[in-house]
Amino acid sequence: MSRFAAIRNKKNFFAGLLYILTGAGFAIGATSYKLGDAARMGPGYFPFWVGVLLAIFGVIVLLGSLNKRAAREGLPRMDIRPIAWILGSLVLFGAILQVMGLAISLVVLVLVSSMASHEFGWKGTVLNALFLCGISLGAFIFGLSLQIPVWPSFIG
Amino acid sequence: MELINHLALGFETALSLTNLMYALLGCVLGTLIGVLPGLGPSATIAMLLPVTYTLEPVAALIMLSGIYYGAQYGGSTTAILVNLPGESSSVVTAIDGYQMARKGRAGVALAAAGLSSFAAGCFATLVLAAFAVPMSELAFKFGPAEYFSLMVLGLVGAVVLASGSLIKAMGAILLGLLLGLVGTDVNSGVARYSFGVPELTDGLNFVALAMGLFGFAEIIINLEHREHRETFTNKVTNLFPTRDDFRRMIPAAARGTLIGTLLGMLPGGGATLSSFASYTLEKKISKHPGEFGHGAIEGVAGPEAANNAGAQTSFVPLLTLGIPSNVVMALMVGAMTIHNIQPGPQVMTSNPALFWGLIASMWIGNLMLIVLNLPMIGLWVKLLKVPYRYLYPAILVFCCIGVYSINNNTFDVFQAAAVGLLGYVFVKLEVEPAPLLLGFVLGPMMEENLRRALLLSRGEFSTLVTRPLSMSLLLATVALIALVALPAIRKTREVAFQET
Repeated sequence: MSRFAAIRNKKNFFAGLLYILTGAGFAIGATSYKLGDAARMGPGYFPFWVGVLLAIFGVIVLLGSLNKRAAREGLPRMDIRPIAWILGSLVLFGAILQVMGLAISLVVLVLVSSMASHEFGWKGTVLNALFLCGISLGAFIFGLSLQIPVWPSFIG
Repeated sequence: MELINHLALGFETALSLTNLMYALLGCVLGTLIGVLPGLGPSATIAMLLPVTYTLEPVAALIMLSGIYYGAQYGGSTTAILVNLPGESSSVVTAIDGYQMARKGRAGVALAAAGLSSFAAGCFATLVLAAFAVPMSELAFKFGPAEYFSLMVLGLVGAVVLASGSLIKAMGAILLGLLLGLVGTDVNSGVARYSFGVPELTDGLNFVALAMGLFGFAEIIINLEHREHRETFTNKVTNLFPTRDDFRRMIPAAARGTLIGTLLGMLPGGGATLSSFASYTLEKKISKHPGEFGHGAIEGVAGPEAANNAGAQTSFVPLLTLGIPSNVVMALMVGAMTIHNIQPGPQVMTSNPALFWGLIASMWIGNLMLIVLNLPMIGLWVKLLKVPYRYLYPAILVFCCIGVYSINNNTFDVFQAAAVGLLGYVFVKLEVEPAPLLLGFVLGPMMEENLRRALLLSRGEFSTLVTRPLSMSLLLATVALIALVALPAIRKTREVAFQET
């Protein structure tokens, strides 16, 4: 038996929790701005009430998930591999773009993100990286002349 | 007649060489992304928004809308040949279209889808042109209270018609509204929820949000499953429907067109809803209901006509009232604001060439699409053979370049990655991402209109119900909620979504 055995619908339980936390967070945050009143709303007025409303909705969803008649639903399996590779490749791209330039960053992006696939193979991935890098430079830099550094800053 | 003058102006604009080129580009891109599974119009339009910076506003809008309705055509190809909906509005097409393909009638299914879409698109464009003037005149009667109520109706409409839990979807809207409020408040100049990060004082980046929710999250989910496709790519031979096929598909397409045209105009409506509604109707009134699910041509012609008509008429609330009714329209708002055009009734008067040019371009686009899709079907089919492991890095590449180039700032790339994680959690918890994005776009507008309405009424909330137009909009909202909450209707709604 899992520790959360009393929770019948775990998906709704966590969705409700997410709503309560963010709703309350925004509402509490709003109190640090001027609230004002209905006729003269301050910057805090609207976010405060929307936050409160979201938290209330969250409570309803959460209570519903504990209801004896709620459909039993466990949390779906989460595969950490694709999340880590995909998000990692994006963050890495953002981190090195200014220093390494677009060409190298794109190759890194494609290589790292390709690791997420179950059918990963080096040869196809490298070819794909070079192909996509070439197309992007052609279309975005030479075609649309976007202002993005192409080569590493230390080569210039 | 005024309408003819308007359309003449529209065609004059749309038929200029540059605009024709961008319409074609939009249609090709739209078909391309429609064909490729795992990349929807929302992600693509988000991806290409920054690129339209350099274009003329007319050309940009023509291209972006071409992507939207082009995707309706392309999506049906994938649905029929691979049993994978290229995008959400083709989900129902896959049911009978794929069965037709298994029986060696892939070509006929493709032709039925293409011809029905074309006929529906032409009709819906005319309706859009005819409704535009009276609707925008109505819009001038709207004060802030009416706008606020209309947005409430639009947001509630968007989730009532969505599948899944109503209250969860409403939560997603509220979350979207709150995220939309991040950034500098226009009235007081206070930077809300920016935590001292300078990039956040301009608010969260809309494109990053759309890409994360619809692009990155989708990719991660797709990668959790191993690739498995059964494709009928070599069997597309006879494209021509028989006389009997025509006899069965024409009434279905006509009904689908009407449904799509009506539902497309509703808040929250659009292509996906229309195709679901049409499929349910065809199945209900058919003389041979047993054939549905086993290759009934009505099940392809009706929904395909409906989704294309719905895609087109969903421009009505955007162009006349300035209120986006679905995510793609929300992205169009983004595109218009990039070019300093405030969407709303004034577009028609202040910028008639843009307004009518866009409408006329839809007609031309439909013509291009039928040419692109039917004779050139072999080319698109080849694309389906590109394995996903090469495809998704390409999506990431274009997304990254797109999102970076909006502000030339890597902060936006990180933002998109973070939203991607949120989108993934959403999918796992079965919370729909589309209402969040709609809420995000409407959040600041809602706050501003509520603020103005209550300023005028000296703080009396009753202003929302004492003004007749505003009250009818709110009553419609309540009616919509009641409709879903009623047990009898809830049952049929669940059945309707299960059937797919």
